[in-house]
Amino acid sequence: MSGVHIAPPEQQPASFAFTAENLELAKQHIAKYPAGRQQSAVMPLLDIAQRQHDNWVPQAAIRYIAEMLGMATIRVLEVASFYTMYNLAPVGKHFVQVCTTTPCWLAGSDKVLSACKKHLGINPGETTPDGQFTVIEVECLGACVNAPMLQYGDDFYEDLTEESTGKVLEALKRGERPKPGPQSGRLSSEPLGGATTLTTFNPAGNAGGGDD
Amino acid sequence: MLQDKDRIFTNLYGQQSWRLEAARKRGDWDNTKALLDKGQDWIIEEMKKSGLRGRGGAGFPTGLKWSFMPKQSDGRPSYLVVNADEGEPGTCKDRDMMRHDPHKLVEGCLVAGFAMRAVAAYIYIRGEFYREAENLQGAIDEAYAAGLIGKNACGSGYDFDVFVHRGAGAYICGEETALIESLEGKKGQPRLKPPFPANMGVWGCPTTVNNVESIAVAPTILRRGGEWFAGIGRPNNTGTKVFCISGHVNKPCNVEEEMGIPLKELIEKHAGGVRGGWDNLLAIIPGGSSVPLLPKTICDDVLMDFDSLRAQRSGLGTAAVIVMDKSTDVVRAIARLSKFYKHESCGQCTPCREGTGWMWRVMERLVQGRAEKREIDMLLEVTTQVEGHTICALGDAAAWPIQGLIRHFRGEIERRIDAYHTGAPVLPAAAE
Amino acid sequence: MPTLTIDGIQVTVEPGTTVLQACELAGKEIPRFCYHERLTIAGNCRMCLVEQEKAPKPIASCAMPAADNMVIKTDTPLVKKAREGVMEFLLINHPLDCPICDQGGECDLQDQSMGYGKGASRYDENKRAVNDKYMGPLVATTMTRCIHCTRCVRFAQEVAGVPELGAIGRGEDMQITTYLEQAMTSELSGNVIDLCPVGALTSKPYAFTARSWELRKTETIDAMDAVGANIRVDVRGREVMRVLPRVNEDVNEEWLSDKSRFAYDGLRARRLDRPYVRKAGKLQEATWPEAFAAVAGAFKGLQGSQIAAIAGDLACAESMTALKDLMEKLGSPNLDCRQDGAKIDASTRAGYIFNSGIAGIEEADAILIVGSNPRREAALINARIRKRSLTGKVKIALIGNEQPVLTYKYDYLGAGAATLKDIAEGRHAFAEVLKTAQKPVLILGQGALARADGAAVLALAKQAADGLGLVKDGWNGFNMLHTAAARVGGLDLGFVPGQGGKDVTGILAAAQSGEIKAVYLLGADEIDMSKLGSAFVIYQGSHGDAGAKRADVILPGAAYVEKDATWVNTEGRVQLGRRAAAPPGDAREDWSIIRALSEPLGHKLPYDNLGMLRRRMLQLAPHFAAVDKLTPAAWGAFGTAGTVTDAPFVSAVADFYLTNPIARASATMAECSAIARGITQPKTGTHD
Repeated sequence: MSGVHIAPPEQQPASFAFTAENLELAKQHIAKYPAGRQQSAVMPLLDIAQRQHDNWVPQAAIRYIAEMLGMATIRVLEVASFYTMYNLAPVGKHFVQVCTTTPCWLAGSDKVLSACKKHLGINPGETTPDGQFTVIEVECLGACVNAPMLQYGDDFYEDLTEESTGKVLEALKRGERPKPGPQSGRLSSEPLGGATTLTTFNPAGNAGGGDD
Repeated sequence: MLQDKDRIFTNLYGQQSWRLEAARKRGDWDNTKALLDKGQDWIIEEMKKSGLRGRGGAGFPTGLKWSFMPKQSDGRPSYLVVNADEGEPGTCKDRDMMRHDPHKLVEGCLVAGFAMRAVAAYIYIRGEFYREAENLQGAIDEAYAAGLIGKNACGSGYDFDVFVHRGAGAYICGEETALIESLEGKKGQPRLKPPFPANMGVWGCPTTVNNVESIAVAPTILRRGGEWFAGIGRPNNTGTKVFCISGHVNKPCNVEEEMGIPLKELIEKHAGGVRGGWDNLLAIIPGGSSVPLLPKTICDDVLMDFDSLRAQRSGLGTAAVIVMDKSTDVVRAIARLSKFYKHESCGQCTPCREGTGWMWRVMERLVQGRAEKREIDMLLEVTTQVEGHTICALGDAAAWPIQGLIRHFRGEIERRIDAYHTGAPVLPAAAE
Repeated sequence: MPTLTIDGIQVTVEPGTTVLQACELAGKEIPRFCYHERLTIAGNCRMCLVEQEKAPKPIASCAMPAADNMVIKTDTPLVKKAREGVMEFLLINHPLDCPICDQGGECDLQDQSMGYGKGASRYDENKRAVNDKYMGPLVATTMTRCIHCTRCVRFAQEVAGVPELGAIGRGEDMQITTYLEQAMTSELSGNVIDLCPVGALTSKPYAFTARSWELRKTETIDAMDAVGANIRVDVRGREVMRVLPRVNEDVNEEWLSDKSRFAYDGLRARRLDRPYVRKAGKLQEATWPEAFAAVAGAFKGLQGSQIAAIAGDLACAESMTALKDLMEKLGSPNLDCRQDGAKIDASTRAGYIFNSGIAGIEEADAILIVGSNPRREAALINARIRKRSLTGKVKIALIGNEQPVLTYKYDYLGAGAATLKDIAEGRHAFAEVLKTAQKPVLILGQGALARADGAAVLALAKQAADGLGLVKDGWNGFNMLHTAAARVGGLDLGFVPGQGGKDVTGILAAAQSGEIKAVYLLGADEIDMSKLGSAFVIYQGSHGDAGAKRADVILPGAAYVEKDATWVNTEGRVQLGRRAAAPPGDAREDWSIIRALSEPLGHKLPYDNLGMLRRRMLQLAPHFAAVDKLTPAAWGAFGTAGTVTDAPFVSAVADFYLTNPIARASATMAECSAIARGITQPKTGTHD
């Protein structure tokens, strides 16, 4: 994989505009930065655009955001093509990102990929023919003590095995949303089977796994 | 071993609620006004006394860093920027602090921001940490609603805002000036220094960039006193530290421990030991992917702090311990890191843009043994052509793991080359 | 002022100097690719690394401020190794295609790899291949050669002020491109070719046509606008192969507009390469004697007042001098060099030049632009205004019919003369800005003058200049912006109506009415030819444009690069152009045509060579002796107070690319114009 993959013209919508709700959200983001520094909002605005537009940023949105922030269009494209989270071409409805950097690889990310291949029939970088699933390999997502893991939507699925990956994928196929987090049964990043620390200090009471 | 009473992150695992009410019960936001009332100089002095060194990897003394900020404004506002772009492979500590204990960070922003006379803090959190950003924003909203930040924060008379800025997938934004560029709405390409952020940071204003952990521990240090913190660990390597233990251990985990804890003790006490026992250990990367790995012989008795690891030509880095047992294809493990750095190079300066790709390609061949032995020294020389010649430290970070590999595992690389040329099997049994 | 030691040599430098600059002052050459003195510092190529005592690693000298007591070493093993390392990195993914690269022979990478490289590569992997990018008809790309120095990106952003280049992607996949490979739109785009230190960005029109070492290089003066940019014309045989800028800090710095750089293919097309005489309604090839005889025949029996002469935009000072003298001998007062009909008052020189000088813009703290679009009319002057604007030390305002994108911020004050009147009479807020400014400037475009009430507009501008303190000790901020290379020279030489003579408007009216029987067009193509009535028209010039079509006799002249000629730019700067190529066919240097014609007309002009003619020019305008310099002009009366109309000021240049016969003959300029007007949809790239 090299270079920047931008959807060809025939896939690009002619125009783009934020929904009223997203426009309001965009304004809130712009307001976070000092007056005259609205360019700082380019990343949140690209994120909003991507969320609004089937998880990819069309060029019409690049131009729309450039206009909104008073930026040169090429500067917005530079940003959109620099950061890996912006998709500049369509992706599958289910976007599965598998971390394969060393800590995850040591913990078995190859098995996660083979589960993807087994259950979805695709290799990293590919989309299922029905456009339902895209699987990509990504670099370290910062959940290394819960490796291996994958990101789906805004959630991390952690402590995966080939089997539990398969379960997650099959559930997604069925239109379900399996519970994110460690699939091994532990709460979060404590040692499996019970924390070795923080056992004698519990002033706020045990909420049974945090909340929200 | 550190006792629970001396642990700062008392909800590291999210066993309790992250919300304000629970955070207050854990001692957060307890009369923060009193801390502020003691004044900027007192805060910075306590931080200096604590011996806290930056928890993002470089280990620069935090109190000293704060003291670089202008005491008198020349008309420009000052800013605190919190580096929550946690992305160093092996590292996932800030994530837990933000999703389970976000009020520590928000309160830390106020006291640190106040100490450096900043008008606001911007917390730059990596984009993939969406749920973490949600909790963090939730904590900020609670703090505003409770009058803890915003106008007249905590009734101190000081106005202070806290904002969250989400990244979008770029490891390099963990470099402080790249982070600033990104916060300004540009590509995350590190800046030339000088000028340094304390003079010319975000939007041209004086700025201090601190790691999440460095900021989040500040309120506790101030409440319990710099001396308390300095009494933990060893001189110049003080305090508590959240370690991340991943890889071939029985129970990978995050844990807050005393600085200077022996590596072996850390792994055996908290991570359930090396898979297959300590003797099955091959090597450990002790401080996140950027630092050179250590073979078992060094791991046997090395202490986990800045100076001890430096003495072994490695580093504490982010205190992310990546454990590799004897089944590991160690060349591939490092080659995968080379790929990571190639992928994350911003492309701005020549040695890193060109060198990371070159190093990765040679490493890929070394994995297969498809090389000449003289190429090992050539690769080593290429790493030195990158190291120290780039705008930021990513070049160094890309060079060091390879240097560590060649330093400690040259024999394994040579064995593969020999095997490849004689047609013998090159690879050991697959990892895992 | 910091004093530092460089390789044992002590140098004291101005505060703000970089280590690289200090090294140069110490006589030490520092290799570099990304650094360019006219662009912001990027520090990305790492070629300029030097050793600083006590620093843990080599420093990028381009970005490091020189500080007191610094000890710098540029010739140590560490520095040598650093340079070799960077050189090697730059070359691993650079193709070794120098033999087929247009940059070959004038390539920084080639030169510096010879000087600082190791001479061999250890890179055994596959080299990177990068798709080429479409950037328009002027800039050819071979992106595999790009070394990512970002000079082009910074130029577009900073100097041109049209941020249309960027580097997308990251790491080793980073690629320089325009947005979705659209054509560049800046009038200064060609400069990225000069800035590119490798063969990634090269000249598209020049592509594969010549090697730099086989070209004959002549330093001369551009005539595509009134800036008088200093250029070098590279010729092979008799063909102009390319045009490049020369450095002149006072005029064009080191930049060149795209028209000046790329219109040269117009020198090969539509050329008048032999005389023509109209016979039976048709122009037919003729010999010089036949053509002269035809002119003599037509002039026979005419009164001086029945003859007129109009000089066009590309006329050199020499030819205008000769023609003026000839007209005088013929007894005609009807001559004008203002073919656009601008109501310029030639009697006071300070009233028709850009008094502050182009470089003076960099001192201005208030600028009022009246009836001009400087970006289209004088792209390099516009760049100078932008440069000043970036300092934040100047307030700029504009009066005109439109609010063009000028690459800098300005206040739009109004459309026409009424606003100027408000300012002149001190009723407008901007009058106060000018009045309180230390170095106020008024830029007066031809669009405000080439109209019936032009003289009254000029008087208003004069009133503003007087009333608002534009002219003071050591400063004259009254700046007329011309669009024609010929204009100031013509005004200086007095190529304007003599006693009782007619100006362009009068000449055309009289020709239409039959009062004037013969009109001599010296390269005048921008007048309404239909108004020449039944007059006998002599067209002397280089191109078959509007004038030649109407002519009864065509006298083929030389284009601006084909003669030794004097040009006076809008500042009043006298500059000598040198003959770089021979005119085609029977075409001749223009003054010699007039000199030759004067004999059959019975009024032999008294100069037999260029030297004698130039002495005559000195009689007419002594400041022609001060070549390359600015001669301050005395402030005096000009303009004629009168009624002004409500008609808005319209810029004199509607299409930057097509302002003169040479540009109109250029296929390159035609393509640029079509793209700029949105007629041609430029090819979009592969987006991959």
